[in-house]
Amino acid sequence: MMGLLSSTQVATAPIFAHIFSRADDGSANFGWVIGRILLVLLIVHVLLILGALMVWAERRVSAWMQDRIGPNRVGPHGLLQPLADLGKFMFKEDVIPGHVNKVMYTIAPLISTIPALITFAVVPFGGSYEMVDGKEVAVSWQIANLDIGVLYILAVAGIGVYGITLGGWASNSKYSLLGGVRASAQMISYELSLGLAIVPVVLMAGSLNLGEIVAYQAENTWLVFTQPLACFIFLVAGYAETNRLPFDMPESETELVAGYHTEFSSMKFALFFLAEYANMTVAAALVVTLYLGGWTLFGLEQLGWGMAVLIFALKTLFFMFAFIWVRWTIPRFRYDQLMNLGWGVFLPLTLVNVVLTAGAIALDQTWLFFLLPALCVAAALFVAYMGLKREEEQFQPLPTAAGEKGSA
Amino acid sequence: MTTVLFVVFGGSALASALLAVTRKNPVASAIWLVGMFFGLAGVYVVLEAYFVAAVQVLVYAGAIMVLFLFVIMLLDLRSKQLDLEASPRMPILGVCAAVLFVVVSGMALMDAHDAGIFPDAAERATLVLDGSPEAIGADLFGRWLLAFEVTSLLLLGGILGAVILTKRRLT
Repeated sequence: MMGLLSSTQVATAPIFAHIFSRADDGSANFGWVIGRILLVLLIVHVLLILGALMVWAERRVSAWMQDRIGPNRVGPHGLLQPLADLGKFMFKEDVIPGHVNKVMYTIAPLISTIPALITFAVVPFGGSYEMVDGKEVAVSWQIANLDIGVLYILAVAGIGVYGITLGGWASNSKYSLLGGVRASAQMISYELSLGLAIVPVVLMAGSLNLGEIVAYQAENTWLVFTQPLACFIFLVAGYAETNRLPFDMPESETELVAGYHTEFSSMKFALFFLAEYANMTVAAALVVTLYLGGWTLFGLEQLGWGMAVLIFALKTLFFMFAFIWVRWTIPRFRYDQLMNLGWGVFLPLTLVNVVLTAGAIALDQTWLFFLLPALCVAAALFVAYMGLKREEEQFQPLPTAAGEKGSA
Repeated sequence: MTTVLFVVFGGSALASALLAVTRKNPVASAIWLVGMFFGLAGVYVVLEAYFVAAVQVLVYAGAIMVLFLFVIMLLDLRSKQLDLEASPRMPILGVCAAVLFVVVSGMALMDAHDAGIFPDAAERATLVLDGSPEAIGADLFGRWLLAFEVTSLLLLGGILGAVILTKRRLT
């Protein structure tokens, strides 16, 4: 079983390394096990607290963008609002409607929340440079240093959809069911693009291990510069996978009341809510890890172990802010547009990108990386230009007051 | 420890599989089948085939069963309707299929054994299990390339068949 973890890595600060490290023969000792448990507890709590703070941030930022004030009564700047919300969730009556499938209805929020929390296990949240075989390499700190980290994330993230689908089905109400059906169709569609957007990263870094992907980027260049298209598609597919606007079809309020969680109340609803925000945190952390160099920032991470964690946290927080930013900026897609974008645009683009990247690596032709992104930008500019031109041609000045009088 | 885990995961896979075929409710069956896939993934992990385990969950539990659920929910199948459609010949057909499967796979395994693909006891003691993506990729695209390509042709045929069946008219 221990083959899962590499023998030398320590996911704690170096000062604790001698307590929480493995024995010389690589076996796990008591201190190491305790250290791991503490680390897991710490990270789960950080995710939970971040989720709560994200709810506060969402309300404050949306208020700011809509020129309102937002919640500002509980604590300084309303920071304790999540605690008040939690109290409300806890003391609300936990209604289980008579028409639901009780077992599925009860476990659906759990199926939704657990994958969201355990995905973070393989994400490197910090690290340091160490001498390995006489060469300085970036060694990441993770809970579990899986060699198949990327596949683990895709596999576990794919399980989360069961919570939403079953929640919708078990509720036995038409709006919930529609939300659940939409969720499963949407997640399947965008998981393909999401996975195929990661393939070039794996090809270039030559590893499925997230720590090694970060090490590759520390040694060479951030993958966002060599794989801009894959990064963009991963980001957008991430929005679809986390059911965030502009892709929140499973719960679109104007059509489905609240979608799959219409019938849920109290902490069951809170768990769905928490899962969404934990998923956002993981998606942001993944964009940072896969494309933006993880915990590295042009050598600044060498200042100390706290600096690496801080860099990673700041990058992740930026993308979490972007989630909120996009939600309150871009309106919701129509369902057919969402499907067309996934299958008709993203899937072919990611496939061509995979082939081009593999060709570029095999033939050692760096310019091939930029062929497709350049074509995409050109196509986008062309479409924008044609749209503007058509609008100009079709533009007719509004009749003036005098003209209206004349024509009437 | 490994044996205990193997029995736990294998047992849960078998139990889930049994529950999947005996449930009346199609959604419950589907969920038990997902449980079966997890048990199987656990068995793969015990055998140090981490790549296969992850792909098992990713492809079967994460994608194929979600599609199954999608179709079941979309058609809103109820157990009553399923009973009406189930013909009395179904159990007989099922037994025939099971016997055919055992015979064919048994013959394939025996052929493989005669061809010397399986290691004998002495070889097994020195065998290094390598379930890493590199090892699987090298084997898949080297030694088993023909089988791999034949399988992909089979899948392609399946896709084409599905397209032709669902398209009302081909223009």
